[in-house]
Amino acid sequence: MGSQILGVLFDGFAYGMLLFLLSVGLSVTLGLMNFINLAHGAFAMIGGYATVTLMNWYGWPFLPSLPVAFVAAAIVSVVLERTLFRRLYKSDPLQQVLFTIGLVFVVSAAAAYLFTTAVQPVRVPDYLRGSVEALGVTFGIYRIFLIAVALVITAFLVAGLEYTRFGAMVRAAVDNQRMASGLGINVETVFAITFALGSGLAGLGGALSIEIVGLDPSFAFHYLVYMLIVVAVGGLGSIRGSFVAATLLGLADVAGKYYVPELGAFLIYVLMIGILFFVPLGLFGKRA
Amino acid sequence: MSEAALATRGLNMRFGSLAVAQGIDISVPRGARYALIGPNGAGKTTLINMITGLLRPDSGTILLEGQDITALKTDARVKRGLARTFQINTLFPHLSALEAVTLAVSERRGEAGNWWRRLPDYSETVDEAYEILASMQLADVCLQPTHSLAYGQQRLLEIALALATKPRVLLLDEPAAGVPRNESSALFEAIARLPDDITVLFIEHDMDIVFRFASRIIVLVGGATLMEGTPAEISSDPKVREVYLGSSHTGGAHHV
Amino acid sequence: MTTATESSATKPSASVDPRAFLKRQTRWSVFEVLFWLATLSPFFLFETYLSLASQIAITALFAVSLDLILGYAGIISLGHAVFFGVGAYTAGIVSKYGWGEPISGLFIAAAAAAIVGYLTSFIIVRVQHLALLMITLGLGFIAVEIANSADWLTGGADGLLGVETWPVLGIWDFDLWGKTAYGFALVVLFILFVVSRRLVHSPFGLSLRGIRENAVRMPAIGAPNPRRLQKVYVISAAIAGVAGALLTQTTEFASLEVLGFQRSADLAIILILGGTGRLYGAIIGAIIFMVARDQLADMNPQYWYFWIGLLLMAVVLFLPDGILGGLTRLVPARWRKP
Ligand SMILES: Nc1ncnc2c1ncn2[C@@H]1O[C@H](COP(=O)(O)OP(=O)(O)O)[C@@H](O)[C@H]1O
Ligand SMILES: [Mg+2]
Repeated sequence: MGSQILGVLFDGFAYGMLLFLLSVGLSVTLGLMNFINLAHGAFAMIGGYATVTLMNWYGWPFLPSLPVAFVAAAIVSVVLERTLFRRLYKSDPLQQVLFTIGLVFVVSAAAAYLFTTAVQPVRVPDYLRGSVEALGVTFGIYRIFLIAVALVITAFLVAGLEYTRFGAMVRAAVDNQRMASGLGINVETVFAITFALGSGLAGLGGALSIEIVGLDPSFAFHYLVYMLIVVAVGGLGSIRGSFVAATLLGLADVAGKYYVPELGAFLIYVLMIGILFFVPLGLFGKRA
Repeated sequence: MSEAALATRGLNMRFGSLAVAQGIDISVPRGARYALIGPNGAGKTTLINMITGLLRPDSGTILLEGQDITALKTDARVKRGLARTFQINTLFPHLSALEAVTLAVSERRGEAGNWWRRLPDYSETVDEAYEILASMQLADVCLQPTHSLAYGQQRLLEIALALATKPRVLLLDEPAAGVPRNESSALFEAIARLPDDITVLFIEHDMDIVFRFASRIIVLVGGATLMEGTPAEISSDPKVREVYLGSSHTGGAHHV
Repeated sequence: MTTATESSATKPSASVDPRAFLKRQTRWSVFEVLFWLATLSPFFLFETYLSLASQIAITALFAVSLDLILGYAGIISLGHAVFFGVGAYTAGIVSKYGWGEPISGLFIAAAAAAIVGYLTSFIIVRVQHLALLMITLGLGFIAVEIANSADWLTGGADGLLGVETWPVLGIWDFDLWGKTAYGFALVVLFILFVVSRRLVHSPFGLSLRGIRENAVRMPAIGAPNPRRLQKVYVISAAIAGVAGALLTQTTEFASLEVLGFQRSADLAIILILGGTGRLYGAIIGAIIFMVARDQLADMNPQYWYFWIGLLLMAVVLFLPDGILGGLTRLVPARWRKP
């Protein structure tokens, strides 16, 4: 009984870490520009397909393909940001929502055209397969790997934000954009770089998630909803908030599916609405 | 003397570690013309925001004609006769000036919840809105969308919107902010013509105007009232002189 | 006015007549009359498309209901299908259990949707921006889950079977060609359009535009924003419920798809295509979207969404006030409403 709960907690935490990687970039960029970028899920998907292409078409091993997934998503996103998204920062949220949804449609259709609608198989290396047993619980090695990667990245993010000059600029811009520009910070450049980094992380998350949830053209849309829940519940622009919300969501989702499968996604949405009703700005959100 | 039209008792408020209101006690008698002055960042706008309910003070009470309104929402305070204007234009860009003022008048007359009768059928409301606009010299431009009005006209529309609520107490947050000096005095002439039973508290940086139009002056510095007195008392006070003429504070007599 | 001013400015000058100005905005234009006459054309010109025409009329009504909250009051919703679905299921269930009279069915459906609208409105008026999107989205998913698990009532994933609609006013039976269906849907659309048009030209409609334009100023002129928003939300929910009921009554079937996210998302697309805040944008958007989808029905859905995606991006970038807004700009200024 106890070990079973531990197993569910472990799986839920691993899933939460995946959601964190997928969402954290969206949270920071939303906090910076208030730009509702629903194409964030598409960037994650681009990372996933980059990995699939390299491994299945060019025979690359899994690990070296991960940085490429990051870079591919980062480059595509920053090109789009510089050419298209920036025109919409002053538009109303619905325009942003529909424009970026339009982009998701286009990217998903392109993925279906290039890769068919089938779920893409990816073979992770043997040393990441299998599981270890401890305390009577089976821990999947891949999930341990996932958690380790996410925690290392979180540490880098927090340290980067706290202790680097660039991090200080990002924090200033999230807190008060007008004041930041007044202090001579080029908010646009800060935003472009953050946008690329955040999308890159999503791309990495997309690549890492293939083994757990599979990859097909509906990925961009399906996981977008999870990402948005993480961002809204955690609070815009807060890394800590994203981390807590992603963990909560991962645990609730896995535990819900395990213990009360008949409720389906019901539990998650009720939780989200309940939280947002009492704290409309999210758990760690500062401003609307 | 009868009770004050507007009074605050021990208003306190902090933004994080910054104290923007420290035990503010003010009392404005009915029909008076008071000026609120102080350097930029003194907490003048914050005080108006607290009085009108846009911000909630951490502690203290606000009295309108002797009644405690601290717990009321902004719109309920307006219904009791407390109106304000904004330092930074807070208007309806795509409504015409006429529609904007008509909106405020119909709100006051309790008609704004009606979703069945057509707007032009409320002829008294529309006429009243037009008269208010005319009294602010906006009659000729009142059919234009607000965003196309000249800046000075938008400042006048700020006041027209507040007047449309038929306030008994009117708070003006730098009504002439950004208006050229020669025009700002005309703007204050219009304010001076308001009926005597309207109590006015205005924020203004131009000391000439303050001395001309205010019967009493409250000086706010660092979230606390430094002193209160007649223009003559204030202009001769060494503490005020230090704040305004000394170099230890930012801002100064003129708007930055 | 009490202000003592001797200037002559208080008398209306020759060029400015405020009441005439406001009246002009509410008057029916010749374009509108022509437009509604044109809606009769399917009866004569496109008889084979009558059932598509009634689908369009229903979608247009649904889009008008969204325009009231989105275009006028500025409430973004990605879950408006909840009310469409509540109306659809209510009408279907009432009919399945023995009361197939269509007109009273619409009223019952409207009431049910309005109640759900009222209950959810308390959450809606509390939140903005992303939180609002997520809450409306979440409510939509919850509604689907509820309808799915209450299969004893809704038929679950199989859909609600056994719906039977009686003849309209006991005279016009719902025929195979869809004449009655289109006629009925069109009349309901027209009536509720007139109601909505009346609403947006009322003081209430003006106060909604005020909230959309500047939600901070509104309380400062004495307006209780949350109450106003709740009211329009309930009205909009009722109209969406009628649209859903019409769908059930004319097709004699309801499935989970009436509540789904897809329907909410398509609706937002329709409104942005047509143009928000102008009522006719909702109708034009519905016509373009539904006709295009009908013409491209054989296309693989993936590619349909490819083109929709491109179209959306193009409209947002190049026609920010939608297709109708773009068309209006082609009309000479003096014919346009101010
Ligand atoms: N919403 C807010 N959050 C944090 N600080 C604020 C906020 N609004 C105002 N302040 C700060 O409070 C102080 C007083 O501001 P304000 O009342 O606008 O001053 P004034 O109107 O006298 O120029 C300023 O230092 C300002 O930066
Ligand atoms: Mg100020």
